[in-house]
Amino acid sequence: MDASIRLRVDGQWRTLDVDTRTTLLDALRERLGVTSPKKGCDHGQCGSCTVLLDGRRAVTCLALAVAHDGAEIVTAEGLADGEDLHPVQRAFLEQDGLQCGYCTPGQVCSAVGMLEEVKAGWPSQVTEDLAGPPELDDEEIRERMSGNLCRCGAYPNIVAAIRQGAR
Amino acid sequence: MRPLEYRRAEDPRRAVTAVAGRPGAMFLGAGTNLVDHLKLGVARPDLLVDVSHLPYDKIEPRPGGGLRIGAAVRNSDLAAHPLVRQHYPVLAQALLSGASPQLRNLATTAGNLLQRTRCPYFQDVTTPCNKREPGTGCSALEGYNREHAVLGASEHCVAVHPSDMAVALTVLDAEVRVLGSGGERTIPITELYRLPGDRPDRDTVLKHGDLITAVDLPGLPMAAHSAYRKVRERASYAFALVSVAAAVQVRDGAITDARVAFGGLAHKPWRAYRAEEALRGVRVSAAPGDTLAEATTAAPIAAGGAASTGENAGGTSTVEDLRAAADAELADARPLAHNAFKIPMARNTFVAVLRGLLREEGATR
Ligand SMILES: Cc1cc2nc3c(=O)[nH]c(=O)nc-3n(C[C@H](O)[C@H](O)[C@H](O)COP(=O)(O)OP(=O)(O)OC[C@H]3O[C@@H](n4cnc5c(N)ncnc54)[C@H](O)[C@@H]3O)c2cc1C
Ligand code: SF4
Ligand code: FES
Ligand code: FES
Repeated sequence: MDASIRLRVDGQWRTLDVDTRTTLLDALRERLGVTSPKKGCDHGQCGSCTVLLDGRRAVTCLALAVAHDGAEIVTAEGLADGEDLHPVQRAFLEQDGLQCGYCTPGQVCSAVGMLEEVKAGWPSQVTEDLAGPPELDDEEIRERMSGNLCRCGAYPNIVAAIRQGAR
Repeated sequence: MRPLEYRRAEDPRRAVTAVAGRPGAMFLGAGTNLVDHLKLGVARPDLLVDVSHLPYDKIEPRPGGGLRIGAAVRNSDLAAHPLVRQHYPVLAQALLSGASPQLRNLATTAGNLLQRTRCPYFQDVTTPCNKREPGTGCSALEGYNREHAVLGASEHCVAVHPSDMAVALTVLDAEVRVLGSGGERTIPITELYRLPGDRPDRDTVLKHGDLITAVDLPGLPMAAHSAYRKVRERASYAFALVSVAAAVQVRDGAITDARVAFGGLAHKPWRAYRAEEALRGVRVSAAPGDTLAEATTAAPIAAGGAASTGENAGGTSTVEDLRAAADAELADARPLAHNAFKIPMARNTFVAVLRGLLREEGATR
């Protein structure tokens, strides 16, 4: 069964017909040609399909596209302003926070969303004082980024990049 | 996947009617479990009624104390809510230990409660599984059962319930509000989940078409002294092997009330009533050099524990009493071929969590 939906992707409204079973990830990649969100596991287990969905980081492989009719989506591609990279993207380049690069768009979107969560005062599993504002040390970065796996094991430099991007 | 009709619910009653009247219909929350099951062929609905946009997205203090959590509240928002962090730390910690941040930003309260087991055979449609297809047999019983149940299982199913949040809600005596064809009702969370028995296909007592609308937390002062601890194969982004949710109240140097629940041990969050009974009256020795004083919540408890100077009435130390309370609960545990480790792991995690809480109590008194 098909449904007509509208999505605002990286600043542009797009209208498309999708089969109701289509995930947001497949709608982006296969239907709209937006390929920066990557399909790693397709089961919510790796984070490579992470985008900012209505302003918050979210995986797209377990979300149905029809359920997000009208949503605002920002992918890693949309974080940059043309050639002008987002500070977190620049930090990934400068700190060598990648090897093959497959997980990187998801890492970058996740990091941008994560920094917003920290700004909002959200605790994590490793936050000692649930009441206080969290302090973004390396342990916090690792825990808060644990939803993004990297098969190349670029983790040390990813942590360094996020440390830089947070400044 | 079968062809699938999708409807966005705008009215709760109509949503209930739509699902109750059609055997192939299901409610959809964020889909982080259900969409996975569509892909795997584990769930084969022909209609999804999306209830994530219903106005159940609020967390509100209740008049007589406590909180009402809307069914569509996202796990991340619940964990970050100031009242939850302050009054129910066990709930915030349980949520924060589950899944990943970008899943918690989606996952709903109701969907989390009704997520299904992660038993690998349940998720693999090429293998027999009584929960997925009643009467086909249980592949885990004689197969890979490292992650499976040690309490309350049956020969028909040895799966465990995967939700961390539900373990915390169990210790808090939460109540689940349900809208069904016959109207509204409230189910204590301790009565929501079933043991497998000979109907492992039924996880809960809910009927087809029952819509969860909210979860109510009672006002519970002792919940401010509560904690959740989860033991798993890696530090984050993995389901529990064993977990413990606990809250304690100490008066005049003794435990006057305690609530404990285990995750990862059974087909439902396992409220440890026997352990609670055994904990009441345990004297909390505060002598310098006592095991409680040196306990760190992060370190595993060595077998036998450190020597204690603070002795209780029966000549036992507090830590020995804690261990005995855990053993009282675990006496009926029956391990399978690959999961006997869960029993000492549950005991040690129980002792570590209680010790941490008692230390905190000592520090704040
Ligand atoms: C990789 C991965 C790791 C995970 N790790 C953990 C973990 O460590 N700990 C943990 O606890 N969880 C974990 N989860 C599970 C996650 O918490 C659940 O998938 C999520 O909470 C389900 O919520 P949802 O809104 O997406 O539900 P859905 O997937 O939309 O629905 C789940 C079920 O609930 C039913 N339902 C939804 N809303 C209602 C309602 N209002 N009334 C009645 N029925 C309803 C649906 O019909 C369906 O049967 C993990 C998931 C993934 C993918
Ligand atoms: S333990 Fe339960 S869910 Fe797993 S294979 Fe057996 S019947 Fe199925
Ligand atoms: S592709 Fe979505 S989490 Fe792996
Ligand atoms: S850089 Fe290759 S997977 Fe992360």
